Amino acid sequence: MAQIKNRLTPFFENISFDREDNELILNFGPQHPSAHGQLRLMLHLQQEQITKAHPDIGYLHRGMEKMAENMIYNEFMPTTDRMDYIASSSNNYGFALAVEKLVGLEVPRRAKVIRMMLLEINRIMSHLFWLATTALDIGAMTVFLFAFREREYLMDIIEGYCGARLTHSAIRIGGVPLDIQDSFLLQLKTFLDKLPQNIKDYEDLLDTNRIWLMRMEEVGHISKELSLSWGCTGPMLRASGTAWDIRKEEPYELYDEVEFSVPFSDKGDNFARYRVYMQEMRESAKILYQTIDMYWACVKNNQTELMAHAPKYISAPKLDIMTQNYSLMQHFVLVTQGMRPPVGEVYVATESPKGELGFYINSQGGPYPYRLKLRAPSFWHTGILTDLLPGHYIPDVVSIIGTTNIVFGEVDR
Amino acid sequence: MRAYTPKDNVQAKPYYTDRFYVAPQVPKQAVESDEVFAADLEAIKAKFEVSDAYIQVGQMVVYIHAKDNYGVLELLKDELQYTQLTEMSAIDWLAKENKFEIFYQMLSMNKRKRVRIKMFIENGQAVNSVEKLFRSADWSEREMFDMFGIEANGHPFMKRILMPYDWQGHPLLKTYPLQGDEFAAWYEVDKIYGKEARDIIGPELRDPARVDRYDSDRFARLGHEVPKGTVITGDEPKIEQSYQEEGGVFMIKKFDKESSVVIDDPQR
Repeated sequence: MAQIKNRLTPFFENISFDREDNELILNFGPQHPSAHGQLRLMLHLQQEQITKAHPDIGYLHRGMEKMAENMIYNEFMPTTDRMDYIASSSNNYGFALAVEKLVGLEVPRRAKVIRMMLLEINRIMSHLFWLATTALDIGAMTVFLFAFREREYLMDIIEGYCGARLTHSAIRIGGVPLDIQDSFLLQLKTFLDKLPQNIKDYEDLLDTNRIWLMRMEEVGHISKELSLSWGCTGPMLRASGTAWDIRKEEPYELYDEVEFSVPFSDKGDNFARYRVYMQEMRESAKILYQTIDMYWACVKNNQTELMAHAPKYISAPKLDIMTQNYSLMQHFVLVTQGMRPPVGEVYVATESPKGELGFYINSQGGPYPYRLKLRAPSFWHTGILTDLLPGHYIPDVVSIIGTTNIVFGEVDR
Repeated sequence: MRAYTPKDNVQAKPYYTDRFYVAPQVPKQAVESDEVFAADLEAIKAKFEVSDAYIQVGQMVVYIHAKDNYGVLELLKDELQYTQLTEMSAIDWLAKENKFEIFYQMLSMNKRKRVRIKMFIENGQAVNSVEKLFRSADWSEREMFDMFGIEANGHPFMKRILMPYDWQGHPLLKTYPLQGDEFAAWYEVDKIYGKEARDIIGPELRDPARVDRYDSDRFARLGHEVPKGTVITGDEPKIEQSYQEEGGVFMIKKFDKESSVVIDDPQR
């Protein structure tokens, strides 16, 4: 076939590269192993120093908000898995909580305990994944293998609960679909007992490692003002001197009943973020120990309900559906037509492992949300690279992207 | 009288709608019921016009004029300690009243309060950029422009952010179709190679779930495997199929259940 001239005139490809000021424009990505997804960075370079950075996103854009506007509420739950696919239960939870607040549902206590267990397991999974990949980017292969080994245990536990390893869909609007399996608590406890030693192993490998320190300390410094201005949340914000954890400040579920502290640092550099992540894993373990006791208390008090009782919005338990006519009819209506929440709007923020995960839902009383806005923390953690990277050198880009902990399922939605 | 359905709303329609169903409201409280919010609202009202304000699900919602958005956010940031712009975007009300509703979700960490500032703009009207106050608005406003076509005056880089730069249309508008039309199959062919190449290249296949059972080059024929490139015309070649459950696994000649170990605990 004859070659026909390419008629596309893309926006950035036609930048002139021969410039008088010796400035080089480097395309970092969109396929780059340390970008943890499809991130394209356009870096303006003077020698090896970055003078201007322009993150380009959207390679994983699936239009989730548009999808949500054309789905019934329960249908959207598996889609939320695909946002932050490293810790998908926390996305499920954020969405479920938003709808519950909109409708005004009260979730049974046992379901709350199970949800908290899932959320904290997801947090540890996510932080282990972060540690593994960031250490790998910087060259610490051993830490990668260690952390993935531990993460695998957690994924096995989750797989035993919901059958999936990454895309859990383990939380429903109004509660959880299943009670935890028999081996769950035993496996979890075995893992938690080992975890402090595991974390110590990672820290022994990294804390005094010269390469790690040189790549981390005094690199990627985010000031408190910048982190607030860019809407940073989660470890990004806490490592820059703001001790703000939504679990603590605006408690949801039973977080006001458990004891844990919020690690934070004033330093604001990569190393501070690394320390915050490590400390948060320990705090999550602390919460998980307490949830195990809370679960046994639920068993003791015979609190067996797992889903909220709200016939207008939530299907009855399976036993009722199979034995009672009216429950079956209601279930049929809820599956085919979907629930119709009241007219109104709600914004609910939860503390996902990456930061503040918010769901804004505007309901007009129909079975589909009129508008659903996903507030994903990684979106702004990517945006901040614009202001963060200038002044740094090319190798720093890798460690900075690593410590921002961005996941592109969430950035692009 | 027949219920009114907007003609330019191409979104999915509910499976069933009861015409006489009146949806309940999410309860609203008066702002006076919360001291902190009441004080904040007073401060806003002292300088700007507020058309409506209430508390819904624990957060204050304040309706302001579109021209005041920068001023109100500046007041919230500098004097009322709302230090973060958590989120902002728009809602499409074009079918109903030819307007967009814009919301700014603000967070005060000192007061542990969240406020939603809302305003209406006409179709085609631009908003004032708040990027100078909150850097997070840089990307939020670009996303809003990308998704709704609402421009922000004074924004340093008003370009698309999620969609490709040469995209046409704004996906989150209610008028934006859910699927491409019949011409969509030729868009990229025409653009890259020109119309004259249509015969050579053929239309783009836009159905992601499409499986061609006669194409043994590009599709696996599960259960009916044939060598790659086999020409299949109509008659399916007969494939012998057998299941493990019926006759056991053929590779294992002798399986002693007693002497084998089953691992229950994967972590051992």
